[in-house]
Amino acid sequence: MRGRPNLFTDYESEMALFPTTTKRVAVALLLIFALLVPLGAIPGLSFLQESSWLVLINRALVFAIAALGLNLLTGVAGQVSLGHSFFMAVGAYTAVLLGGTPGKTVWGLELPIWIWLPAAGIAAAIIGIIVAPTAVRVRGLYLAFVTLGLVFIGLHLWRNFGKIAGGPTTGRPWPPLEFALWKGDPIISFAKDGPWLGVQLTSDAKTYFFLLVAVIVFTLVAKNLMRTRIGRAWAAIRDRDIAAEIMGVNEVRGKTQAFAISSFYAGIAGALFAVILGRLIPETWDLLLAVEFIAIILIGGAGTIAGTLLGTFFVVLIPRIVEDITFFFADQVANQGPLAWLGDLFIRKSPDDILGFVSTGAAGPGLSIFQLNVALFGVLIIVFLIAEPLGLYGIWIRVRNYWKGWPFTY
Amino acid sequence: MDAVVVVAQVAGAGGAEKFINALSSGLALGAIYAILALGFVIIFKATQVVNFAHGALAAVGAYFTVYFATVLNVPGRFLEFLPYTAQWILSAALAVLATAVVGMIVERITIRPMIGEPLFAVAMITLGLDLIIRTVTNDFMGNQARGLNDPWGADIVEIGLLRVAKTQIVTMIVAVVAMLLLAWFFRSRMGIAMRATAFDQEAAMAQGISVGKVFAVAWAIGAALAAIGGIFSSMAPRASAGLTPFTALIVFRAFPAVIVGGLDSVTGAIVGGLLIGMAEVFAGTYLATVSWLGVGFSGIVPWLFMMLILLVKPYGLFGTEEIRRV
Repeated sequence: MRGRPNLFTDYESEMALFPTTTKRVAVALLLIFALLVPLGAIPGLSFLQESSWLVLINRALVFAIAALGLNLLTGVAGQVSLGHSFFMAVGAYTAVLLGGTPGKTVWGLELPIWIWLPAAGIAAAIIGIIVAPTAVRVRGLYLAFVTLGLVFIGLHLWRNFGKIAGGPTTGRPWPPLEFALWKGDPIISFAKDGPWLGVQLTSDAKTYFFLLVAVIVFTLVAKNLMRTRIGRAWAAIRDRDIAAEIMGVNEVRGKTQAFAISSFYAGIAGALFAVILGRLIPETWDLLLAVEFIAIILIGGAGTIAGTLLGTFFVVLIPRIVEDITFFFADQVANQGPLAWLGDLFIRKSPDDILGFVSTGAAGPGLSIFQLNVALFGVLIIVFLIAEPLGLYGIWIRVRNYWKGWPFTY
Repeated sequence: MDAVVVVAQVAGAGGAEKFINALSSGLALGAIYAILALGFVIIFKATQVVNFAHGALAAVGAYFTVYFATVLNVPGRFLEFLPYTAQWILSAALAVLATAVVGMIVERITIRPMIGEPLFAVAMITLGLDLIIRTVTNDFMGNQARGLNDPWGADIVEIGLLRVAKTQIVTMIVAVVAMLLLAWFFRSRMGIAMRATAFDQEAAMAQGISVGKVFAVAWAIGAALAAIGGIFSSMAPRASAGLTPFTALIVFRAFPAVIVGGLDSVTGAIVGGLLIGMAEVFAGTYLATVSWLGVGFSGIVPWLFMMLILLVKPYGLFGTEEIRRV
């Protein structure tokens, strides 16, 4: 029996977190890689320790938490939600209400992080529990519209409750990422540069480590939820809700749990998102943000943890890569470099340019890079849904199976 | 546009006047929503696709109108003997046709390969389409508001207590004409084919109906109706400045109309549109002074109204209840 992968002789080993040696080694390597990234210790990838990249990676880590939550709700429990940005906003505003500094026009209690961070998740979870009965009554696509409505109602609330959200165009500052027992000097500050265990680290690197731990914890929780009673109940509800009920799965309880846990994830992610950005306007929590998460789980592969994480990094890092490529070619075109002919195909230099469609200026002729990225989201969603419904995870499975069977085709 | 009269809500100037004017504005807005909802429902019924890109298509229609009527001046430049109103209407009609073509192209490229896939997947595709179409349109349009230069402008007609904008009268006329045309269409050969396809795609195919053609026609009609809705959404008094990047988002408020009526009901689209339009205008008229509701409360009334209706009737007022089998 030894040395034969995929031969499981008992349920326990089949359901184990890391059932094969390959997986264990891969996860261990990934962890080491993740630890080395902010230290710039990886040859060839040391640019990742630059602040501009670390900020982006931190954003990806925060998005990973939110995407894991949406994946549990939409991918595992099958409840379509376009309102994830609304739940994130609930978390963010709970955090700022409890942890923020009070001012003339805004409220804030200046409580420490160990109160406002869990509270952000819990507040969002409570709102999720309030919404959940709608999901029992309203099904499928009708539910998508209800959650879409939540985004618009939320935006109205954030614009109008200036005491919590700050001004509609200015927002307000969020508390820094600092750990203190109570008000006063923090014991550990993730927001200031300084040495840790003798290693000099920037605030971005410290934030990175904090978020990395958070993502690992939330990933383990999600993975464990999926392979225990709750997760199996969700999958049953997703696949055929009446059949699930007949088998003794409590539909109301399952959907409520899904909404509560997914919203908890969203609340935590929302609070951290606001904290790492420092200051947000209410318009941040719009439909585009919610669609971004839908894009993440569709591109990554709905219902899978690995796919969700892959999708998050793909969706968050692609805009930066597109930006770099665009600037590279714009530079080539401007200075007549060796690749200028390639850049000519898509860089729009003047309004009369027929071929080009993108320019580096914000207002300049053609799409701006931001607009290009939004359109690219759309294209990616469509291409993946048509060509590979299982997303990046599906592509990985195909590659893996090819090499598993090599040199045979199956 | 010589007699521009500003509608001033005179405080205490008779409850009846306020009520009648709110009623007519509500009906006009409801007509816009009903047109948009109709297009949506036709696409959904015929092709089983929830079209999140409807707002984007509406903005495309309005943009084509801006382009044809104010930039290119077609077909007006060839027909200068016609009065301006007729020239403008022809431009708008051309824009509606162009949007219908856009709808057909979109259907052919992105929706046709997805026949037989789950509803959710196709709906997400239209969400992607929404992003693409909106971005590209916004890019052509620029950030500033673009006026449609419609011949009616902000003119107002007074009939007794009632003061109604000319554009609102036009909206209602167009809505009624569109509904009559649709009623006729559903009795025509193609319309019957579409009803058969909506009922059962495979059975329709077995009867010799070209389902692909039905899909194309449904998207063309849906996009055309979206364009009409988009044009009226970017006119006074709805949007006095004209078409802006937010038009597509404002058109999102037609979604509650669809849901209130029921996703697959043509009657529901009309009733839902009128109800949502009324709810929004009445909230704007009577609740604008209630400060704790916040600025712009009328904008979310459609969504709140939709949620209330859904809690009572989960498939909308006229929607077919899904028969759930194991």
